[in-house]
Amino acid sequence: MKWFTTYNNGSAIDLRKIPALTYAEFFEAMRERLANPACHVAHYFGVPVEETRLRVWAILLDDAEHTIDVASYDVDYYDEDLPSLTKEFPAMHPFERDMTERWGVRYDGMPWDKPLRAPSRSARRGGTIDEYPFYKMESASLHEVNVGPIHAGIIEPGAFRFICNGEKVLHLEISLGYQHRGAERQIETSESLLRQVLLAEGIAGDSAVTHTTALVRTIEKLAAFDSSKAGNLDVERTVALELERMAMHIADTGALCMDVGYQLGQVACEALRTLTINTTQLWCGNRFGKGLIRPFGTNFPLTDEMRQTILKNVAEIRRRYNEVRQDIKNTPSLLSRMEQCGLVSAQQMQRIGGVGQASRASGLARDIRVSHPWGVYTDRIAHQSIIKEQGDVMARLMMRCREVLQAADTIVALLTELDCSVATPAPQWDVKLQPYMFSTALVEGWRGECCHVAITDGEGRVVCYRVKDPSMHNWLALAIAVRSEGISDFPICNKSFNLSYCGHDL
Amino acid sequence: MLLNKLKVFKSHGSQYIPDLDAVQLPEIFRGRPELSECDEETARELEKMCPTKAIAASPFSLDMGRCLFCGECARRAPQAIRFTNDYRIGASRREDLIVTPATRSIPFAHDAVRKEIPAMFAHALKLRQVSAGGDASVEMELNATGNVNFDFGRYGVEFVASPRHADGVVITGPVSRNMAEALQVCYDAVPDPKVVIVAGSEAVSGSLYAESTEVDRSFFERHQPDLWLPGAPTHPMVFIEAVMNLIGRRRRGEQTKK
Repeated sequence: MKWFTTYNNGSAIDLRKIPALTYAEFFEAMRERLANPACHVAHYFGVPVEETRLRVWAILLDDAEHTIDVASYDVDYYDEDLPSLTKEFPAMHPFERDMTERWGVRYDGMPWDKPLRAPSRSARRGGTIDEYPFYKMESASLHEVNVGPIHAGIIEPGAFRFICNGEKVLHLEISLGYQHRGAERQIETSESLLRQVLLAEGIAGDSAVTHTTALVRTIEKLAAFDSSKAGNLDVERTVALELERMAMHIADTGALCMDVGYQLGQVACEALRTLTINTTQLWCGNRFGKGLIRPFGTNFPLTDEMRQTILKNVAEIRRRYNEVRQDIKNTPSLLSRMEQCGLVSAQQMQRIGGVGQASRASGLARDIRVSHPWGVYTDRIAHQSIIKEQGDVMARLMMRCREVLQAADTIVALLTELDCSVATPAPQWDVKLQPYMFSTALVEGWRGECCHVAITDGEGRVVCYRVKDPSMHNWLALAIAVRSEGISDFPICNKSFNLSYCGHDL
Repeated sequence: MLLNKLKVFKSHGSQYIPDLDAVQLPEIFRGRPELSECDEETARELEKMCPTKAIAASPFSLDMGRCLFCGECARRAPQAIRFTNDYRIGASRREDLIVTPATRSIPFAHDAVRKEIPAMFAHALKLRQVSAGGDASVEMELNATGNVNFDFGRYGVEFVASPRHADGVVITGPVSRNMAEALQVCYDAVPDPKVVIVAGSEAVSGSLYAESTEVDRSFFERHQPDLWLPGAPTHPMVFIEAVMNLIGRRRRGEQTKK
């Protein structure tokens, strides 16, 4: 047996039950599984076990079987003959780059052996983040355009290098790491669970509910806590998650309208996002839902009054947003900008391991709510993914539009009959976690699949914590989307993905 | 086609806030904390539990510049700490962010503001934002200050694309090591005289990342911020109210001129 199988709604795994393979066995096992289009890697990372040895863990998701499969192998810093998986499966590139950068493990034939985040203790010798080895094309008729790390707007930093032939983009390479602040290291060295939760809220502020839900689920599994029996806890967490999805999809709709010069759509969406996040604020005191997701319970159990307020506001947002959607769909000047622009095919998405709404807009049906359901998605909500085939900016926009309406419907379905007199427990901060365990939780946020992993030592302390934001997979999709487009279409391509810098850089 | 637009237009109605001075945030919003004297044991316990070391036991105080406004201390000891919905918490001096049991409002020290700031920027202040390890929530709130609801542009305060067009920089995030140089380059590119604003508790103190090896806050050894804005994130009203004070258009605590 090469893999240990578990489920998103399952429990933590005893470390000793996970098979330890040799790299050769692991390599073959991965090749075999990744040849199946239903499979992709959710995480792949190393943890030092001795002075020069690493235990490397891989988490593979099988969408058809709904399983999470975990395998591991040991590697010594001086081991040789580790053939690269990226060569055959480009989706593996961020993980192998991370292994090289963090631990100095080099994979033979790795075609894109470049820095990922440029941390202070990088195992790559020499070179600062500003000396990233960008891909070059030598030709007198080509020119390069460098953008960043600081961009023209209130957004996060990242360096973009375009190679253009006239106005046409031949190649875009994105160098990240500017936001690296040591989030994983801070989480795994924290003694306090509260501190870990606050760190999770700041992994990506626009996905605070998503990442915090992933962290508390990872921790709760380590204490064998069943959130489905904790009053309305699962329902409340899902409502918060869907409110976040609505808010961000509406924000991105507005941003896309702005970038094509459509002010009516922009301001209407700004106001609707305000109404959405103010609803969250009315519930928990913070517009981004910080403070709302807590381990083993909640500080803000839904009152009947709050339930009705959410239902009222969501209905209003849904109605008004749907008018914006109809308007966008019926405005030829918008369609001419967004249709057939920024194309990413289903095959490309599959190759690079794309996830979330961007993958679904390209016809690749990756959605954790369906493939690896948790909480209310296992029973109360029979979620059906929205899939679009076109893979262009318009498809990603319409995906957002439809998901806003769908999220509103999910909230209505969850809250309409909800009995708010049920007691939902308060958070707990001093729960003993099981020793020698491997715990992972997946959450489908508005960007896509978010994966957290924790490993405990003999005392039940979290000694390893790993985070994967969906942006890890999808940045490459943006680079592919702008190929052969005019460079002036970069902003709408970029906004149609709206990927996270801080979630990637950690 | 036009009919769809009219529908959107009609439903949108009028969204802007006519009087920003009159804005009240909901009771549940966690703004300025109020402290009450408590026994030393409780104070020690609160000091120990605070993940950002914002709370000191003796003398009992809470530093908003470190605080993420999670509110867990107020749940542990509601008799000692409660969070009010007061968003007038930006300060021109770092030490004014430290709340003691005597604090019932955050002072805005106009005499600590450099004279050229109100003299030159009272009617137009163009800012360049630099995110340096921020989590994007403060950035989104800064964006929101210019949106259809808050419309801070009505007072001539706006964000611009180039530091060459700017009168100052707004820094968010704990200042990641990888952004330290870019931040300095951006600051240098802003013409004198220039304003420095730090937005969000992470930018004010580093907060959770104060000890991280991936953070480089040496910028603040060379440059003194003119405005300190706590919060996680900084609410648009925190930013607007404090900037209005900074440029001398308002005086906190006094009746506003209409």
